[in-house]
Amino acid sequence: MTARAAETEATERQLDIFEQAMDKRTVKGRSLYVDAWHRLKRNKAAVAGVAILLFIIILVTFGPMLNPWDHEIPDWDNYSTPPSLETGHVMGTDALGRDLFERVMVGGRISLLVGIIATLVSLFIGVAYGAVAGYLGGRVDNWMMRAVDAIYALPFMFFVILLMVVFGRNIFLIFVAIGAVNWLDMARIVRGQTLSLKNKDFIEAARVSGATEWHIISRHIIPNLLGVVVVYVSLTIPQVILVESFLSFLGLGVQEPLTSWGALVNEGAQELETAPWSLLFPATFLAATLFAFNFLGDGLRDALDPRDR
Amino acid sequence: MLNYSLKRLASAIPTLLILITVAFFLIRIAPGGPFDSEKGLPAEIEANLEAKYQLDDPLVIQYFRYLGDIARFDFGPSFHYRDWTVNQLIAQGAPVSFTLGGIALILAFVVGTLIGVWAALKQNSLSDYLTMSVAMIGISIPNFVAAPLLILLFAIALGWLPAGGWDGSIQRMVLPAIALSLPMIAYVARITRGSMIEVLHSSFIRTARAKGMPEHEVLLRHALKPALLPVISYLGPAAAAILTGSVVIERIFTIPGIGSHFVQGALNRDYTLVMGVVIFYGVLIIALNYLVDLLYAWLDPRIRYDR
Amino acid sequence: MALLEVNDLMVSFDTPEGVVHAVNGLSFDLEPGQTLGIVGESGSGKTQTAMAMMGLLSENGSASGSVQFRGQELLELSTRELSRIRGSKISMIFQDPVSSLNPYLSIGDQLVEVLTHHRDLKRKAARKRAAEMLHQVGISEPGQRMRQYPHQLSGGMCQRIMIAMGLLCQPDLLIADEPTTALDVTVQSQINTLMGELSEKSSTAIMLITHDLGVIAGLCDKVLVMYAGEVMETADIDSLFADPAHPYTQGLLKSVPRLDKAHSGILSAIPGNPPDLVDLPEGCPFRARCPHAFDKCIEHPDLFDAGEGRHKRCWLDELPPLEEEAEQEEHA
Repeated sequence: MTARAAETEATERQLDIFEQAMDKRTVKGRSLYVDAWHRLKRNKAAVAGVAILLFIIILVTFGPMLNPWDHEIPDWDNYSTPPSLETGHVMGTDALGRDLFERVMVGGRISLLVGIIATLVSLFIGVAYGAVAGYLGGRVDNWMMRAVDAIYALPFMFFVILLMVVFGRNIFLIFVAIGAVNWLDMARIVRGQTLSLKNKDFIEAARVSGATEWHIISRHIIPNLLGVVVVYVSLTIPQVILVESFLSFLGLGVQEPLTSWGALVNEGAQELETAPWSLLFPATFLAATLFAFNFLGDGLRDALDPRDR
Repeated sequence: MLNYSLKRLASAIPTLLILITVAFFLIRIAPGGPFDSEKGLPAEIEANLEAKYQLDDPLVIQYFRYLGDIARFDFGPSFHYRDWTVNQLIAQGAPVSFTLGGIALILAFVVGTLIGVWAALKQNSLSDYLTMSVAMIGISIPNFVAAPLLILLFAIALGWLPAGGWDGSIQRMVLPAIALSLPMIAYVARITRGSMIEVLHSSFIRTARAKGMPEHEVLLRHALKPALLPVISYLGPAAAAILTGSVVIERIFTIPGIGSHFVQGALNRDYTLVMGVVIFYGVLIIALNYLVDLLYAWLDPRIRYDR
Repeated sequence: MALLEVNDLMVSFDTPEGVVHAVNGLSFDLEPGQTLGIVGESGSGKTQTAMAMMGLLSENGSASGSVQFRGQELLELSTRELSRIRGSKISMIFQDPVSSLNPYLSIGDQLVEVLTHHRDLKRKAARKRAAEMLHQVGISEPGQRMRQYPHQLSGGMCQRIMIAMGLLCQPDLLIADEPTTALDVTVQSQINTLMGELSEKSSTAIMLITHDLGVIAGLCDKVLVMYAGEVMETADIDSLFADPAHPYTQGLLKSVPRLDKAHSGILSAIPGNPPDLVDLPEGCPFRARCPHAFDKCIEHPDLFDAGEGRHKRCWLDELPPLEEEAEQEEHA
């Protein structure tokens, strides 16, 4: 063993001792995530959430392949028919005779995609902004966070709607608008974490004992941020899906011939008396997805932050 | 305390300015002018109209004039409803929207905190788990989904309540108020339960018990106030959520409030109306957040007596 | 009659990792006015003993055995009956004084409520009494302090207030759970001095829980050394320090810095960790860390009478005296 390797190993051993001595909640490298995983598996609600999500994702992905109907082309023999195996429309048809199952699946793809992509947009902006503010600290941090506070107090949904009105309705704008709305939380969380990590004793200890910046970032900062980000993502996706559905419900989101769960709920609500199934199916899927994500996010938060139990 | 309230007021002003500035410039960069819709308008008439609304002045002057107008709560004429000003439209819808929103907000906080405290006291019991699962379902059902479902059940299937409209009667308020407050009841219940549990496990509650305070006094005198502080700070976001929610709820129940004007305005591309509502609601939310912060500070001696 | 008689007290907690046996068959008694020190490492069950006596165990905890206070069985009392004793006959103060006080109520309100509740005093009379008590624990300008909130006061001041609060109703017993651990060193000694004065002046018995033998030395009449939820040794204070009878006590003494004796070497810590309370080892719980362990220690030792009112839980008849052993170690 070279002297260098021995030194590194000694440093790492020392670090482990430091870490154990420190606040238990801070990263203990792998073990934190192993623990979290066990806690998550014990959480029945979170496991159920994962199961529901997997089911919905598989159904939305492969369902349309097995379904003979198209989401645009009407079945001329069946307008507003209830769910029936005889007609082959398992969820019935809408007022234009289009197969509801196919539309719910296609709408689901859009809703989930918007949820994931817009979350990634907000994640990217939020992490960058928060990390910079937290890392630089001082006056820059102060001003950056004041800006966040100021924007935070704005009525966001109204601003998104204003954006949609001014720039017209297209799906790309939905991503941007929602992503730009949601990054604030992420920025705050990441900034807080970075700031507190920067001043944590074990980081200090790592510096003193000669650990490289890379070691600090890879072994301390990233693992600690990762948990927060995972929880945040799992809680933001349903929010974003909700925002998109809200816009689509108002007719400001996804436009025909494309559809989303929100748009389908809107159509269903208008045929409430004649064809309640056209409300019930998309509504169930939307609610179940949000429900599953919320339970999963809650479970993740509890698992990664045992303090809150 | 006075110091704090002034400091807090000073930080609300930039938010307001950002709000108005963004709104103003958004409208200016929007494609097309306000009078484009009447295609056949001769050039000189259009110029006259622009002169009348002072749209031919330099942008900076217009901006400051706009600020002045806003300061006097003058949102200008509606682009779509020619005979109406935005102010008139808002004034017409406000009483309806505020009544509905107010009822929903009170409902959400009263019912939500009661459920939350109850669940916290029964922590980890079956009834706690059931209540919180139901709350999670409540959070997961958006109010634009809950509203048609409520109509389906109580108006169409059971026929107990009217499906929509507004005449100021209780019957017509029940369903929209419930639909609007449902997700919020669940949310408030979750916040209350969480903070109540945290407070009940804190050292000072242990002290209160150790000095022989009876359980009801531990709860009411020692635990309730700190447990409700997070709920109070949620009032601001809750009001914003109620206003947002009212947009869809008013549409579903055909209620003539600001929200339905707003959606109609958005679909008609009635810029001034949409912007007026955004700013009006923005100011409202900022003002409310300010009041909530003051309330919070007043309740929490650690902020009240901070240097 | 003894003020407090604890017999075969067991405290356990249901946790996801299994049942934690925090206190395992603890017995001791306390005479009126006496000061008892309970010493042990963290996790030795000393705090949970106090919590069980006060009925303050967390929801997953349960206690069995017997705790007789003036002939009354505390473990069988309802919360309502207990609350009549807590704060009135038995008071308790805690480790972290600042967070032990309610941050949302003024100091005065927190003091006054004890008196209005237990003594039926009117607010005005209660405020007067509270101010006197604050004065007694060495707080100047009690009137002003009572209008303040905990976050405006120092840790030492808060602990004085906690002590005043505990003594308001002149209780028979004051339980102090690590009252100085969270405080600065200079403040620690002030609080210890205050406790010493109070125990001399008043007829209140004190049960002082600490991991610090140094604190015990200045304050207590009797000491009880706990390990893994059991009594290892009981003795009066002088004989314990002069001649520890249990290897664990010896280990604790060796880890305390002493200024009064010329020091022969570095402070030694007891090697190893306390046993897993979920899966307690058979035999003597200290066996794995004991320098004198032998075959017999696989059997669980009783608490033997060691003469002169002393008891110890150890199979050894004699221990090599402290000094000698230190020398041996040095030679080794």
